[in-house]
Amino acid sequence: MSAPAHGFWHILLGRMTWDSLAFVRAWHDPTVSEIIGSCAAALVVIGAVALFAALTYYRAWRPLWKNWVVSVDHKKIGIMYMVLAGVMLTRALIEAVLMRLQQADAVNKPGFLAPDHFGQLFSTHGTIMIFFVAMPLLTGLINFVMPMQIGARDVSFPTMNSISLGLTTAGAILIMISLVLGKFSTGGWSGYPPYTEMSYNPGEGPDYWIWAVTLSSIGTTMTGINFAVTIYKERTQGMHLMRMPLFTWTALCTSILMIFAMPPLTVATAMLALDRYLGFHFFTNGMGGNLMNYANLFWLFGHPEVYILILPAFGVYSEVFSTFSAKKLYGYTSLVIATMAIAVLSFTVWLHHFFTMGQNANINAFFGIATMTIGIPTGVKIYDWMWTMFRGRVRFSVPMLFSLAFLITFVVGGVTGILLATPPIDFMVHNTVFLVAHFHNMLIPGLLYGMIAGYQYWFPKAFGFRLNERWGRLSFLCWVLGFYLAFMPLYVLGADGMPRRSQELFHSSYLPWLIVAGIGGLVLLAALLTLFIQLWVSIRERDANRVPIGDPWDGRGLEWSMAAPPPEYNFHVLPKVTGRDAFTHRKEQGEAYQPAAEYQDIELPRDNASGAVIGLGGLAAAFGLVWHIWWLAILGVLIMWGMVIFRSFITETHQIIPADEVERQHRAFLKEVSETRAVDRDYEMTPQNRGLAEADT
Amino acid sequence: MNQEDRAEYRRELRSYIIGLIAALVLTAASFATVHWRLFSAPTGILIAIYLLALVQIIAHFRYFLHIDLRKSARDDLQLILFSTMIVLLMVGGTLIVLFNLKSRMF
Amino acid sequence: MSTRELKHAGLNLQQTDPKTHEEAESRVFGFWVFLMSDAVLFALLFATYGVMLSGTAGGPGTQNVYEMKSAFIETLLLLSSSFTFGMASLAMKYEGKASRISVWLAVTLILGLGFLGMEMHDFVKMIGEGATPERSGFLSSFFALVSTHGLHVLGGSIWIVVMLVQLSVFGVTPAVKTRILRLGLFWHFLDIIWVGIFTIVYLQGLTP
Repeated sequence: MSAPAHGFWHILLGRMTWDSLAFVRAWHDPTVSEIIGSCAAALVVIGAVALFAALTYYRAWRPLWKNWVVSVDHKKIGIMYMVLAGVMLTRALIEAVLMRLQQADAVNKPGFLAPDHFGQLFSTHGTIMIFFVAMPLLTGLINFVMPMQIGARDVSFPTMNSISLGLTTAGAILIMISLVLGKFSTGGWSGYPPYTEMSYNPGEGPDYWIWAVTLSSIGTTMTGINFAVTIYKERTQGMHLMRMPLFTWTALCTSILMIFAMPPLTVATAMLALDRYLGFHFFTNGMGGNLMNYANLFWLFGHPEVYILILPAFGVYSEVFSTFSAKKLYGYTSLVIATMAIAVLSFTVWLHHFFTMGQNANINAFFGIATMTIGIPTGVKIYDWMWTMFRGRVRFSVPMLFSLAFLITFVVGGVTGILLATPPIDFMVHNTVFLVAHFHNMLIPGLLYGMIAGYQYWFPKAFGFRLNERWGRLSFLCWVLGFYLAFMPLYVLGADGMPRRSQELFHSSYLPWLIVAGIGGLVLLAALLTLFIQLWVSIRERDANRVPIGDPWDGRGLEWSMAAPPPEYNFHVLPKVTGRDAFTHRKEQGEAYQPAAEYQDIELPRDNASGAVIGLGGLAAAFGLVWHIWWLAILGVLIMWGMVIFRSFITETHQIIPADEVERQHRAFLKEVSETRAVDRDYEMTPQNRGLAEADT
Repeated sequence: MNQEDRAEYRRELRSYIIGLIAALVLTAASFATVHWRLFSAPTGILIAIYLLALVQIIAHFRYFLHIDLRKSARDDLQLILFSTMIVLLMVGGTLIVLFNLKSRMF
Repeated sequence: MSTRELKHAGLNLQQTDPKTHEEAESRVFGFWVFLMSDAVLFALLFATYGVMLSGTAGGPGTQNVYEMKSAFIETLLLLSSSFTFGMASLAMKYEGKASRISVWLAVTLILGLGFLGMEMHDFVKMIGEGATPERSGFLSSFFALVSTHGLHVLGGSIWIVVMLVQLSVFGVTPAVKTRILRLGLFWHFLDIIWVGIFTIVYLQGLTP
């Protein structure tokens, strides 16, 4: 380590030194582990430079800024969330594969990754997957779909929506920077003190973790408020709560969970930051610190978080099963009640994450039983979905395949969850890879499959063309096969006592299982690759697969009633709803594609740069705090609040789309409808499908 | 201001004044209970000040924030009740779990 | 939805179109949701304080560092500021004159700043006596809880200043009205949190 800088440079750069650069570290200490680290850093730098160059070469800066960055359109914000998630998923999945390969390589020998590097890998993998893949995926999907499903033109607070995206992106960029500058935390995604306290971890790692997570949690709280208010206040006429599509219901429950579950995380990370920066004693050893309170606070957030992640996927499955079975959803009311029951119960089970802390058996028993109770509403849902398919006209499209894989895989994960909810069993397998297998078994089918299904299902709505089916199926095969190969062995290994987060292992009997799991990791990487290839192929052959009329699957909700891609104002006139499955009802009545009696001016929020500026301010503040560059931290905070105040002085916040223009666009759309041939469901996946569904006879 | 507005204005003004008086009286009672040790047992004092605080919080909601069971917008009331439930769960759970742990550690 | 009367104090948007009315309703409801999220944050700070009360690590305890007199004065300042804000809300609802609203807001601001001054004075005194947040877990949790509330009051005070400026720049427009309305909710909410603080922190701490 070179000596820390003094004077001017210290004020300017805080505690940053040459050694903070991953490249310099690899130069000094050229081990495989450091070289892999600097390759990753190089990828970030090259990626950034290439992006910069490409944007300049194609003169895309202006369109990017005008059409995307400053946009407050919920559909575009949703798409940007998904893109962010895609980038972060790629990184976190590669990290996972590295860890699997390391463990397969490191039985009775050190393997190719240094312990410290391995620690960073599992910390970034977990943190990114939860906060910068799962959350952006579901936030993006809800953003895109929910306002259209309830018949709204946008969310309640479009600018705040853009600010949420800005803050989340800032957190993601901060984690990307940690690849190049300095090291990330080795404290896992949950960052337990006292290990993450100053006395054990004086470096910048835990600070990267704290501020990345804090940026994301503030963004998520605002997102939750935004969605909940939107669903409460922006529903169109007749869209009663009990008429909302199930995806919107799960969006509502998820946003309520966000509103109430993010504060505990904010409190926990803020206290950890106070400990680290100002010498407080919340979670320290001694001096009256209470480190177990961290576990308590963290999981007060962490458990509801699990349901924040899973509920929207349940919503997607409800839509997919119903659409691709051409039947109305079975047991709508029971699904709504089950969703709400899960949302409330999720606040009563957090202790099962630390059964072994040392509280008495009665408390453990209480929380164990509460945990098992969640199995009941979830079981109700599983049966509802199966009954939805019963005697339906089931089509095995890609979203449907993912949903079916979910149904089976998720039940397996649920059963192991019941095992873990039994405190004595938890004592035996806690901190082993059994747990790792369990939660991947819940989150991969319970979140990732759902999000992929949703992406495949609503993609034609967003971009106006269908995704390639063959590559989609191949991808499906890889995701499912990869999951089983990668995680079933972990159950065996966990039951055999293999501790999680181990860089090196000392039981030869683990080796065969670890090799299988490593192969599974590679298959999962192939799965992601095929997903990207599918996108690439679909874009290339987009002209053959266009669905301009916007209803390729004979959909049931209002989001299918408009052109694909939808006009920025969504609805030419706000629809009136008289029951569930509003669009299906209109198609049955033959009223789906009629000109409006009267077109009116439409008022839309005006695009503005608040989100970008505040995101940038957040990034500056967080980066300054990580490296103790105090001027930058203060500047960042001033930029954020300055922008908020500045924004409140702007009165021109809306733009008007004149009625004539709306009418012209809608009539052009209706003309296109009349020239399009409706297709039967048998031709759904052929180029004949132009997005107009033949009436079911 | 027309007649109707004037009556409404008086009603609301009265609400704020009642709120202020209630808040002052309850605060004074709380401080007095502790200052002059109005109960011999500390538990008595604690129960008294907790109850006074609870009443004062309700008074603030009623007279300053204008939330009541009959007239408030239903969404707001549902929201507050749900939040109260979550707060009770979290705070109660935290206290039970961590005090139980502590009692077993010493 | 748009024709329904708004049940919030101080909102009088009768002259405006239904769209503005609806927007105001969303904004006020959204702010309520934020307040409840904030309430959870405070609840956890309270819970942490309760758990760490005994973690004095041989340092000063509640009886040594709290002063009833200043806590009482702080309480009175904050309570009266809630009342004066109520007067500002009434002035906004029934008179709609920027000058009257500004006067009451200014009075509220002075009371709020007085509260902050008293609190700073308390903190400086405690730190001078060696009761710093670094001294023990108990003091960490005390400072975290009370100064989080203080920071909120500071935020509210800055917000009042912004609104005073907006009142003089824009006058009493619907946008300004809903902002003052939300500021009022915020200010009354902080008062409620303070009831918890003076009871659970100061009075409980001074109970023998």
